[in-house]
Amino acid sequence: MVELTLPKNSKVTEGKTWPRAPKSTHLTEFKVYRWNPDGNANPSIDTYYVDRDDCGPMVLDALIWIKNNIDPTLAFRRSCREGVCGSCAMNIDGTNTLACTKAIDDNKDPVKIYPLPHQPVVKDLVPDLKNFYAQYASIEPWLHTTTATPEKEWKQSHTDRAKLDGMYECILCACCSTSCPSYWWNSDRYLGPAALLQANRWVQDSRDEATGERLDNLEDPFRLYRCHTIMNCSKACPKGLNPAKEIATLKKALVDRQL
Amino acid sequence: MTEPMFRTPLRRVRGLGAARSGTGHFWHQRVTSVAGVLLTVALIVIVISLLGRSHAAAVQILGSPLIAILMLLFIINTAYHMWLGMQEIILDYVHEDKWKFLALMSNTFFVSVVGLASAFAILKLSFGV
Repeated sequence: MVELTLPKNSKVTEGKTWPRAPKSTHLTEFKVYRWNPDGNANPSIDTYYVDRDDCGPMVLDALIWIKNNIDPTLAFRRSCREGVCGSCAMNIDGTNTLACTKAIDDNKDPVKIYPLPHQPVVKDLVPDLKNFYAQYASIEPWLHTTTATPEKEWKQSHTDRAKLDGMYECILCACCSTSCPSYWWNSDRYLGPAALLQANRWVQDSRDEATGERLDNLEDPFRLYRCHTIMNCSKACPKGLNPAKEIATLKKALVDRQL
Repeated sequence: MTEPMFRTPLRRVRGLGAARSGTGHFWHQRVTSVAGVLLTVALIVIVISLLGRSHAAAVQILGSPLIAILMLLFIINTAYHMWLGMQEIILDYVHEDKWKFLALMSNTFFVSVVGLASAFAILKLSFGV
């Protein structure tokens, strides 16, 4: 839905400024979105000063440092700390990206950190991605075949395998979908760049026997055609993938089967 | 998003299923865009050629078969392109059913009236009735 202003209970207020660590000389300021589901308080922006001589180089290092040294109540998701799991996706310095692969020094000072945009917030930097995962499930991301399963494996040529490059690397961090204005306005009906990139990964898979059915399920003014090639998705992707191109490939496949 | 209670996320995402349409709309947008480039160039040339001419001369030029056909093509193409584009904008931004269907109908009415009135003007010049 289009919302030009935030609902009253989502308006962000000035939060707490936490004390600087004594004796540290190399400090970086972090402004972090906080919201606690307990109680009725509006979200706020807390200010932290991170001792860079005691902290790793990435934004995730800084968040962990804050949690360990200043404020143990700060909530965020993280796991692999090397850009593989997609857990620590958040909005850093105005761009959706992974906190673990974003260097602190690559941001403006102070470093502003918000949860992924336009998703319900569970707490602080933790978004509720139920809808996002259901959209992924809806494209049925597994091999569909009718032919009897071969004794060994489904074979694929090197050329056909290469067609999946640029898609299989997606880690479903949701940076792309939550950066897309079409997804902000219509995430209830538009599948969004991540699910569409994954849909194309299966449409392009030479071993899959349900290409037509997959395209049938995408051919919809909302599911697919809310994409207007804005390309925020490709700009945001922390893995350097190009969801806009994969969506264009889907649209081309749909035109190809009609003309 | 208003979430009906006790429905799973997958139930909400699947909704009423895929409409199995939209590709025609998408393709027609592209076709009318390409036609629009060519026809707009023609329109600009025609308008420039009218500059500084008397009313009678302008009527004669606009009424001549080749120019009138080009103008009619421009009008039909632009009106259709405008209808397609506005429908996209409405689907993007207007979500409440009553406003959405009102806007979609108004779009059709507006484009029909503007397109037909423009075409009628050219035809009147051309046939001189």
